[in-house]
Amino acid sequence: MEITVTVNGQQHTRNVEPRLLLVHFLRDELGLTGTHWGCDTSNCGACVVWLDEAPVKSCTVLAVMADGRRVRTVEGLGDSTGLDPVQQGFTECHGLQCGFCTPGMMLTARWLLDHHPDPSEEDIREAISGQLCRCTGYENIVKSIQWAAEHDTAAAAVPEESTVDSAEVSA
Amino acid sequence: MQVPAQFQYERATSVAHALSLLTKFGPESRIVAGGHSLIPMMKLRLAQPEALIDINGLSELARISVEDGTLYVGAMVRHADLLSSAVVGEHFPIFHDAERLIADPVVRNRGTVGGSLCQADPSEDLSAAFAAVRGEAVIEGTGGRRVVLVREFFTGPYQTVVGENEMLVQLRVPISSSASAYEKVERRAGDWAVAAVGAELRIEGTQLVSVGIGLTALGAPNFHAPEAEEYLLGGPAVDERFAEAGRIAARHCEPVADQRGPVDYKRHLAEVLTVRALRRARTRWHGNHPQEA
Ligand SMILES: Cc1cc2nc3c(=O)[nH]c(=O)nc-3n(C[C@H](O)[C@H](O)[C@H](O)COP(=O)(O)OP(=O)(O)OC[C@H]3O[C@@H](n4cnc5c(N)ncnc54)[C@H](O)[C@@H]3O)c2cc1C
Ligand code: FES
Ligand code: FES
Repeated sequence: MEITVTVNGQQHTRNVEPRLLLVHFLRDELGLTGTHWGCDTSNCGACVVWLDEAPVKSCTVLAVMADGRRVRTVEGLGDSTGLDPVQQGFTECHGLQCGFCTPGMMLTARWLLDHHPDPSEEDIREAISGQLCRCTGYENIVKSIQWAAEHDTAAAAVPEESTVDSAEVSA
Repeated sequence: MQVPAQFQYERATSVAHALSLLTKFGPESRIVAGGHSLIPMMKLRLAQPEALIDINGLSELARISVEDGTLYVGAMVRHADLLSSAVVGEHFPIFHDAERLIADPVVRNRGTVGGSLCQADPSEDLSAAFAAVRGEAVIEGTGGRRVVLVREFFTGPYQTVVGENEMLVQLRVPISSSASAYEKVERRAGDWAVAAVGAELRIEGTQLVSVGIGLTALGAPNFHAPEAEEYLLGGPAVDERFAEAGRIAARHCEPVADQRGPVDYKRHLAEVLTVRALRRARTRWHGNHPQEA
């Protein structure tokens, strides 16, 4: 079935099978491999992306459910003027080790800071509690998000819709 | 890579449309709400529906409201919305207690209240919470609406009274007391309950004039503890009686041994958590709550 999804401000139209999961749509159809795919059981959170306004686990959402909606992936953090403060925080505070959990962690962190500009350590730990870091780098991830909160000047806005990319591909 | 088997997908535009799609596709079709129980089951081939009817577009089912002394919660209300609703917290702290412990914030952005109840997993937290507060389930079919007590909603593990051509549209709960609480023991943050207990009470003078106790993951028929409720009703809301109610609840449930623990441990939790939930509910009794509508 044909779906049109706006990913990081760009519209994509594809013909997909209903059983295609959003995580595979992003990675395999759109080549946005920043969204990672780990446990496949909704537990690890490596696949977290925003669906409209909130982070979801994209291994448990059908791509067809995103039809007509907006998705934000790690590629949509930051813009041409620079990194998102969350990305900077992960750099400053050594928030990534192997980097596998990082995209999901950063997207949840961005969402937390948009709603809660001054989170406590407990708020941060609660926000990322559905996301596993196999390198167990939680201390530094929490510090990175705290750094971002302190340096968050303007809440990063979701980019405007821009170019249209349309192609017919079967899943 | 786990991917569901093939199926047809239809997006419902109204409750009537969803019901007509259910009729059209027949018994092998399923409603999908948040999909956070159903899609994992489809990946594992524990469920293999031939058609999915997506009800995410039905914004009329995503509302929370209070009218005439009753709380109304649409079937498509997400866990995150129940948790962030001030009016829910004011009248039913039990739901906020429970939601804080259901899965994790990201799963709560997607999973729905209706999906939780219809899934009828013996460990579903909201089933016990709604059983404790004597909620009602509003079910719609092509022939019209019917209302069933949540306590009569479940017919077995993963089974409810919702028929093939019907869907759950709403939950409603009479507001009679804000003295309610939910206590859960889990193995780690965001995990399913090893055991959990919800309680609601109402006191007049020194007497308990209404008591509700819901049990999760403890093999209690219909997720509640009628014997313990009966014992407490009409007596004072004191610790000794709460302790006895805990023993009664533990005796009458039927937990099963699994990777979360052996039966005697779970019975022990039933007792301890019943007492804790009752006590915490009591601390929330201020004596000035509206009468049952
Ligand atoms: C990692 C993880 C951890 C979790 N931890 C917990 C936990 O600690 N406690 C807990 O209680 N739950 C937990 N859950 C379960 C989660 O809360 C449920 O998956 C979710 O709420 C089910 O709702 P859904 O909207 O996703 O339902 P779906 O998966 O869409 O549907 C579930 C079932 O209900 C049916 N259905 C859905 N809506 C309707 C309707 N309106 N009418 C008729 N039938 C309907 C579907 O056909 C399907 O059979 C967890 C889930 C995950 C993925
Ligand atoms: S891959 Fe989606 S939660 Fe692990
Ligand atoms: S940095 Fe390796 S999984 Fe988190």
